[in-house]
Amino acid sequence: MWEFIVGHLNYWLFCVLMMTGLYIVVARGNLVKKIVGLNIFQTAVFMLYISMGKIAGGTAPIFPTDMNVDPNVVYSNPLPHVLILTAIVVGIATTSLGLALVVRIREEYDTIEEEDILHIERDIVTAENQSHGGAMGGRA
Amino acid sequence: MLVATAIAIAKMDRLFAVVMLSGVFSLLAALLFVNMDAVDVAFTEAAVGAGISTVLMLGTIALTSRVEKPSTQSPLIPLAACIVTGAALIYGTLDMPNFGDPNAPVHTHVGPEYLENSQHEIGVPNVVTAILASYRGYDTLGETAVVFTAGIGVLLLISGLRRRRDPDEEEDT
Amino acid sequence: MRHHLILRVIVKLLVSTMILYALYVQFHGDYSPGGGFQAGVIMAVAFIIYGIVFGLRKVHAVLPPWLVHKLVALGVLVYGGTGVVNMLQGYEFLNYGSLTPHHPEHGQHWGILAVEAGVGITVTGVMIAIYYAFAARPPRMSDEEW
Repeated sequence: MWEFIVGHLNYWLFCVLMMTGLYIVVARGNLVKKIVGLNIFQTAVFMLYISMGKIAGGTAPIFPTDMNVDPNVVYSNPLPHVLILTAIVVGIATTSLGLALVVRIREEYDTIEEEDILHIERDIVTAENQSHGGAMGGRA
Repeated sequence: MLVATAIAIAKMDRLFAVVMLSGVFSLLAALLFVNMDAVDVAFTEAAVGAGISTVLMLGTIALTSRVEKPSTQSPLIPLAACIVTGAALIYGTLDMPNFGDPNAPVHTHVGPEYLENSQHEIGVPNVVTAILASYRGYDTLGETAVVFTAGIGVLLLISGLRRRRDPDEEEDT
Repeated sequence: MRHHLILRVIVKLLVSTMILYALYVQFHGDYSPGGGFQAGVIMAVAFIIYGIVFGLRKVHAVLPPWLVHKLVALGVLVYGGTGVVNMLQGYEFLNYGSLTPHHPEHGQHWGILAVEAGVGITVTGVMIAIYYAFAARPPRMSDEEW
């Protein structure tokens, strides 16, 4: 039982981290903060993958330079490392795309709070309905 | 410590502090990756997470605003949703193999094959590089294309275009 | 926008070291942790830090934006081109063994080197281009407001 708890504690920690990230994304209205939350979420996923690749008593998957590989040395699984390595760089690319969107939103709406943007959108829609409504016989 | 940093980020409403803490978070994550034998990943995370993304976020808040407005909505509903989702995920981990178990399903598939074959097929000491560039070359090509596309997207969104559009708008008015 | 003297001197020292380190990471990636992605990011950071301290105009003089935009595409071309060269030599796409047919292992070395160079060029280009795009926008607040 004790062994089970220790062996799974890391997964639980990652779940907690992931949920913190999700909470920031869902509950906070500020768009920059939402992106930080997404980053936390994604880092938690990375950790989950990397922790799967770990083998107890293993070492980093880099052979000696002369390529005389000792068969007794245990190497951790390199495949998750590769996947996550590429995922991190894709992550920063998408993050920057999101930040660029935030900058554009700020220029259009002059705010980066989700609620304010919703208000402005609603006002725009109401105004449009009124202007079009007059042309269509007074019904919005 | 990671959890403490993450919760601090959730609580904080000064965006400058939030961005700095996210840099700290990335560095801590890099430490954790080194602990789990993923030196390449740790290297990338430290360079990307603490370097580039902090700079970009600082650039963004310089262009927007520094302080987060307090939310008027109750945080209870999202909190409840997160707790339920987290509980479901933790329930899902109960079937996972123990941490560091050499007989886990992850280690019985292609991973060990790559480790053995790359010694004489590729001859590159760093197995991560060997897999990244050779065995999984297609993935990396696609992923370079993703970075390329994201770069193009950012350029389309926030550079140059506005200047080119301005003369047209003047003609219209 | 005049920053501290110490900051400027240190950055001058650091930038060259960072570029050297990036090249080391790029070409030593076969033997030690590192590779195109990390090297690209470090290289980009070197230019970005120069831009932050000395202002955008000076970096533009060193590395004009049109060149950066060409770099972004060049990297993907190098990567894809390696694969096409393999195909022209009668092997599968991205099968580097074709580069030196009598000794496939060496071909793998060359192929990995070429591909990593492509990745590095693209990542450098994209990161610097994104930084240029953000920094070229007029800032909403002055330095003192921080």
